[in-house]
Amino acid sequence: MSMKLLMGNEAIARGAIEAGLNFAAAYPGTPSSEIIGTLAEWAEEFEYYVEWSVNEKVALEVAAGAAYAGAYSLVAMKQVGLNVASDPLMSLAYIGIKGALVVVVADDPGPHSSQTEQDTRTFAKFAKLPVFDPSSPEEALMMTKDAFELSHRYGIPVFLRPTTRVCHATAGIRFSAVEKNQPEGFVKDSKWVIFPRLSYVRHQWLEEQQLKLSREFDSNRWNYIQSGKKIGILAGGVSVLYVREAAAILGIQPAILKIGNPYPLPTGKISEFLDQVEEVVVVEELDPVLEEGLIAVAGQKGFTGKIHGKISGLLPRAGEYSIALIKKVLANILGMPDSEEITPESGNEKAPDLPVRPPVLCAGCSHRASFYAVKRATKNANAIYTGDIGCYTLGNAPPLSMVDTCLCMGAGVTIAQGLKRVEPDRPIFAFIGDSTFFHTGIPGIINAVYNNHPVKIVILDNSTTAMTGHQPHPGTGKKAAGTAGEIIDPVQVVKACGVKFVETTNPLDLKSAEAVIRRAMEFQGPAAIVMRAPCANTFKPVRRFRIDREICSDCGRCLRELGCPAFYREDSGVKAALQIGPACHGCGLCSQICPLGAIKAE
Amino acid sequence: MDNLNIMIVGVGGQGTLLASRVLGNVALKQSLDVKVSEVHGMSQRGGSVVTYVKMGKKVYSPLIEKGEADVILAFEILEALRWVEYLKKGGTIVVNEQRIDPMPVIIGKAKYPENIIAKLKQQIQNIISVNALKIAKECGNIKALNIVLLGLLAKSTDIAKDIWLEAIREVVPAKILDVNLKAFDAGYLSASDLEK
Repeated sequence: MSMKLLMGNEAIARGAIEAGLNFAAAYPGTPSSEIIGTLAEWAEEFEYYVEWSVNEKVALEVAAGAAYAGAYSLVAMKQVGLNVASDPLMSLAYIGIKGALVVVVADDPGPHSSQTEQDTRTFAKFAKLPVFDPSSPEEALMMTKDAFELSHRYGIPVFLRPTTRVCHATAGIRFSAVEKNQPEGFVKDSKWVIFPRLSYVRHQWLEEQQLKLSREFDSNRWNYIQSGKKIGILAGGVSVLYVREAAAILGIQPAILKIGNPYPLPTGKISEFLDQVEEVVVVEELDPVLEEGLIAVAGQKGFTGKIHGKISGLLPRAGEYSIALIKKVLANILGMPDSEEITPESGNEKAPDLPVRPPVLCAGCSHRASFYAVKRATKNANAIYTGDIGCYTLGNAPPLSMVDTCLCMGAGVTIAQGLKRVEPDRPIFAFIGDSTFFHTGIPGIINAVYNNHPVKIVILDNSTTAMTGHQPHPGTGKKAAGTAGEIIDPVQVVKACGVKFVETTNPLDLKSAEAVIRRAMEFQGPAAIVMRAPCANTFKPVRRFRIDREICSDCGRCLRELGCPAFYREDSGVKAALQIGPACHGCGLCSQICPLGAIKAE
Repeated sequence: MDNLNIMIVGVGGQGTLLASRVLGNVALKQSLDVKVSEVHGMSQRGGSVVTYVKMGKKVYSPLIEKGEADVILAFEILEALRWVEYLKKGGTIVVNEQRIDPMPVIIGKAKYPENIIAKLKQQIQNIISVNALKIAKECGNIKALNIVLLGLLAKSTDIAKDIWLEAIREVVPAKILDVNLKAFDAGYLSASDLEK
């Protein structure tokens, strides 16, 4: 078959299909979201089931259930999603599965779009589950297939751990034939019921698998030595590519041990490698997983050469690596000049400090209106605003400055409650998006009612999971593969949780929204306001606004208070006149705050 | 052909991802090894975005280092200036003469640099600057500015025009294909004008 241009996440989806996928589930999260997005597109053709689950714990559990019945099952999430799914994961390592279960966890060194830089290889070690760590989209496809095969053969969940530079790298991919797996069905057995006695037995079993896996990884195709001269480099993930490119630029031929299975480490292969080299550099992003493993092997066998890496203080533990960094490190160790200094076309003069361009809420974003309405209604009230994970985290930036805290999914609602006990006289507003509400928001709301924490919960309902690429969720009534599902209305849910004050309003109607917020503040007890207006990215604008230059006094209030990216100042020569550009999405919020009524719909 | 390193820089939402997909296909159609690296998620909300496209006989990593880009395709002038030090000696920069104010400028906390194009022209020998937004508008959709820029880029490479058109047909959704093919031609032709 011919080559197709695929993104790493699409390659993983394809690999799963070729392996005989029956079942896939996930909650979206950058950089993992396109795996299920792609599987959803191809579901009809290849006849497997795919869903967006409510959160990662749920996704892992439904995927495990399918695997109990013999399905080839896949669950995908971002690295922090694994924290949410860690409860079922730890027990599942003991219980095991039938069929196959591949847990794809996308790490984000940098981080580009995450709260932490946690390393899933370390998590895998803690859970005692094997890992495949691809360095490119091509490898991601093949490793996905091998992960299914390994999971089936051992009867345990297997990790695939791509990073951002694999997930969102695109390359030419060759397709292979699609296998079919016919699930046998669930067979009743006491082995599916975890009890302390069984846990002890299964723990012993799991430990035995570690050794077997380590021996197997010594000789599979993902852990291999590329022989070279004197200095050896141990590397994994995308770092392997940086090492190869840096070596090519420097014109050196180091021996390279590429590890594609960072847990359980192929210690036999590492020992073999140490026999061939005089000193070693370990190159891996984030935690020193390979390095610690190598040091243990080196200690056992009395290797006396130098070991360079994070533990020796040479390489950083935080952030992404680059070719430039690896080149510098290798040149240093080898006593080479850092090749020739590269002179860019623009010269070596230090670039001037340019204005930064941080991400912002889009023009027409209903979250801006929600934040602004709450800001106005709580003026001089010394309020605290807790935020959550999603596009609306961007409400932290000036001029809105409406996110005082952000921790993890669902924590806005609960952090607010602790704050309220210690700061009883300050109004506390908790903002949570609709998708996050379903993900982990609901238990926190029940807690507020049960323990009577009088916080004001603002549900920002824009009918989509916007930040990760507009995936549907239970409030939208649409399912992953595009079919209709039940609509679960946050208003009904909040009422059922026992919240006595629940009102819905359109935040783009500023006056009404403010009135609702004031009523919620006066209410004694937990209150919920559902701010409902669709994400501006999900519909075409029906009108645009413009500034009537005859009326506008250039007071700049609209621009100063709203921070809408559609505004700009036109260089007219005399003075910079305020204008609204083509990015206007027609929300009309600015027209409601102009003191002169100078902003009008076109 | 030697390896070709292209960077696409701009503002999240300008259509840089689609442009990189087309470039990736252009490489595949010439049976070249190719790697494209994109950034999704938060920065796509109007932030500064960069995409790397590397093609050649053998491509290792998906990233491009400072001073290593053969071509920079800049969708916005401030972003052109921000990334210009990635351009290789003798490299070409294609700039869309569009100014998009970042939030610190909009709210008056920072100043947008002046005379960017003139500054770039002082530093860079091979610079092509056009108002791609205007050209895209004339073709019927301002969003096609990404394909206008690809047209310009295409003209400055020795890759056959048919390969580009085929790649666009594969990547661009059917209902906006006509506008985009028109936009490509307009970009390609405007590059010829610039040469005169």
